[in-house]
Amino acid sequence: MSSRVSPSVAVENYIRLQFPSKSENESFARVAVASFVAQLDPTLEELTEIKTAVSEAVTNAIIHGYENSFGEVRIECSILDHTVKITIEDDGAGIEDISVARQPLYTSRPDLERSGMGMTIMETFMDLMELESSPGCGTRVTLVKTVGDDPSQQPS
Amino acid sequence: MSVETLVHQEVLVVRLHGDLDHHSVESIRSEVEKALTLGGYRALVMSFASIDFMDSSGIGLILGRYKKLKEMRGAMALCEINPSLEKILKMSGVYRVLPVFPSEREALAHVKGVL
Repeated sequence: MSSRVSPSVAVENYIRLQFPSKSENESFARVAVASFVAQLDPTLEELTEIKTAVSEAVTNAIIHGYENSFGEVRIECSILDHTVKITIEDDGAGIEDISVARQPLYTSRPDLERSGMGMTIMETFMDLMELESSPGCGTRVTLVKTVGDDPSQQPS
Repeated sequence: MSVETLVHQEVLVVRLHGDLDHHSVESIRSEVEKALTLGGYRALVMSFASIDFMDSSGIGLILGRYKKLKEMRGAMALCEINPSLEKILKMSGVYRVLPVFPSEREALAHVKGVL
């Protein structure tokens, strides 16, 4: 699963992060994305929502994708106007049935006391959440959110 | 992330600090479990006053303890929930199963009344 922002795609700014699937990196990932998004001058609430959604996606990659074994998690975060687009991808186990995985309270790991709310939180906190996955190859989550003053909503 | 536990008349009070995510939740869970088991407590108050960040791992922690205390016919309450936490807790249905109070004092009074 590889996705790269091609130079022909209009983005104003972007970052890429790649790190091993260690739970220590969950906090690094959400803080790094939030620091980058801060240039759009989001509200504290919007920033918390983005941090939470990123934390859910990275946690899923580590515990479900790689099942706590070693692997690489890649994040790309790009901004255009007031919209932030974040992709979080892994080369892990993948998801057999995406519609089942997206159901609130569904978890494949009740043994780990997972609440099954991760995807619902991503859907609720972001404007858009897309999930692509192929079993045995990996999963890519795309999160999109418009923050602060959206110019398209302003009268010209 | 750290966790501060204290006992108030047979009620275990757990004050959570810092970030509550998948990485930090494992050690918090084992500390809370250890305190509950060692003291044989049937009442638990969890305070979120010093929580800076929480994701769905925190929901798992709360509902896991709720299940356990329910099996023991115990009592549990949450307190000092900030607005960003409130959103996640409401979304997950935590407010439908657990009482939530603005202060630790009120949460303590509630669980003592239930026992």
